[in-house]
Amino acid sequence: MPLTSVPITYTSGEQIEVYRFSFPVTVGVPLLALFLQAFLPRRLPFFSIFDLPLLVTIFFAMARRNPISGLFTGAAIGLAQDMLGAYPIGIYGIAKTVVGYGASSLGAKLDVENAGARLLVTLGFYLVHAAVYFTVARGMVNMTLNWSWSRGILAGLANGIVGVGLYFLLDKFKQRT
Amino acid sequence: MESFLGRYRNLTILVGVLFLQVLGLAVQVKRSGEAENTRLIRIWAVDAITPLERVLVWAQNSSGNLWHDYFFLRGVRAENRQLKQQIDQMRLEQVRLSEDAEQAQRLQKLLAFKEQVIAKTIPAQVIGSSGSDLSRSIYIDKGSNEGIAPDMAVITSGGIVGKVLRVYPSTALVLMINDQTSGVGAMLEKTRLQGVLKGTADGSVVLERVMSDEKVAPGDTVLSSGGDQIFPKGLPVGTVAKVNPGHEMFLNIVVKPAADLSRLEEVLVVTEKQEQNAVVEGNGRVRAADILAQRLPSVPDKPADTATTGSKIADGATAKATTPAANTQASSISTTKPAISQQPQPIPSVSKPASTGAAPVQPTKKKDSQPVESGISTPNRSSGDTTGSNAAAPRPLGTSQAKSPNGQLPTQTPASEDAPH
Repeated sequence: MPLTSVPITYTSGEQIEVYRFSFPVTVGVPLLALFLQAFLPRRLPFFSIFDLPLLVTIFFAMARRNPISGLFTGAAIGLAQDMLGAYPIGIYGIAKTVVGYGASSLGAKLDVENAGARLLVTLGFYLVHAAVYFTVARGMVNMTLNWSWSRGILAGLANGIVGVGLYFLLDKFKQRT
Repeated sequence: MESFLGRYRNLTILVGVLFLQVLGLAVQVKRSGEAENTRLIRIWAVDAITPLERVLVWAQNSSGNLWHDYFFLRGVRAENRQLKQQIDQMRLEQVRLSEDAEQAQRLQKLLAFKEQVIAKTIPAQVIGSSGSDLSRSIYIDKGSNEGIAPDMAVITSGGIVGKVLRVYPSTALVLMINDQTSGVGAMLEKTRLQGVLKGTADGSVVLERVMSDEKVAPGDTVLSSGGDQIFPKGLPVGTVAKVNPGHEMFLNIVVKPAADLSRLEEVLVVTEKQEQNAVVEGNGRVRAADILAQRLPSVPDKPADTATTGSKIADGATAKATTPAANTQASSISTTKPAISQQPQPIPSVSKPASTGAAPVQPTKKKDSQPVESGISTPNRSSGDTTGSNAAAPRPLGTSQAKSPNGQLPTQTPASEDAPH
């Protein structure tokens, strides 16, 4: 076996375990996240800073540890989010596809089970998501978006904190393969 | 090649999925200029989400109504009393404003102006949002089944909210004025300067295309100009919050929307607008002064001849001066004359132009105008004409248009060719 074919991972045997989810959870959780994202900001305006579909994408991608599964999960959730919005379909789709692929690839290599790692991963992927979204929105749709680092990092941290809680909640739905 | 794809299978699929989405996006962007039909896929997504939102909104409203209507009635009696007083004051205000409006309509008729009025509105409830921090749009619980169509104006009693962007059978997506892709024709009430109201990425609203050498001050009222063919002219948009130097020769005017866009619950969709000639109503209306006369216990019944005289003065049948100032004076005179003296006041003093005609009646006005002014209670008359009115009700939107920059109506002259342009 050539040396290059041996994957170098930083996960232990226990942590590399791949999880799966029941069909109701696979469909219901993203739908619930989309619903809450559409419903809550009208009642609680500060809630618009959170991106629940993004957190769900990261969680499923990291838990499944399969890049193809992760990218399709991200694409499906992102496209659904686009369909509810006023802009052309595909902006969130592209951004969440990239995040889904990245999170699942990272989940296979790093220990992402503890709270600190999850917080940092969520912050990082929030920024990646924002970067891809801004690139596509400005480059293809010609939207005039202004990026603010302070707001971006603050929103990333807020999503990370909510994400840590959400991930531990969703951990209960994990099923060992 | 096959081994390459096998080795980089994941990456290949990622690139493929991204490519498909980019392609789809490019097609949509290319077609955005054309008349866009609502895509079936959007209808499915909206149909999957909105029923649950409707149920939750209904449950929330029902429980809220149950609590507020049956249990939490503390202070309702006092509030009721206060509201009744407020209604009385507003009735007087309404009569005064309607007189101003009729006056403006007479002027418009003289000039053969066409005015656009809101003929029909449909109330709708906000049930959700687009679910994105970067997109400012809301879902309402009325759709094509109720007669909603794209590009209809959406307003509240406070001011404009946005326009209908997409319509589904039982819901509609409304693009709010603070979305960065929206644009509304707007103008400043005082100076009549026109500009374009646009949303920004952070959700604020700015008025663009106003030259930097123009005088704009915080607190100035912004109205819709009607130039966008969506919002009728004269609807309240907001007030100027901050004025900054903008790009090139233009100002960057930050506007605080009149409607609270972050907490919308009920809105009105303008489903029908009418363009009609100004109609001058008949004489069978109630005058503010008459209401006051009825309400004040110390004021005896008016003699018929005096009332007739007062009406004639205010209707402009005999009077030439029809400025708001003169009109108010005329109202005061017609009502309060009997309270002080049964002797009719000399009519010619009012029929003169406003600047001169006001002088002879000063003593009478000073003595009698106090209850009238306290009853009418119009501290800010220039802005109250439009911002205080209910935008939902059919009303003449050209009222403010006929005013001169200082907020006063031009003096009416018998010959139409002398009328201001």
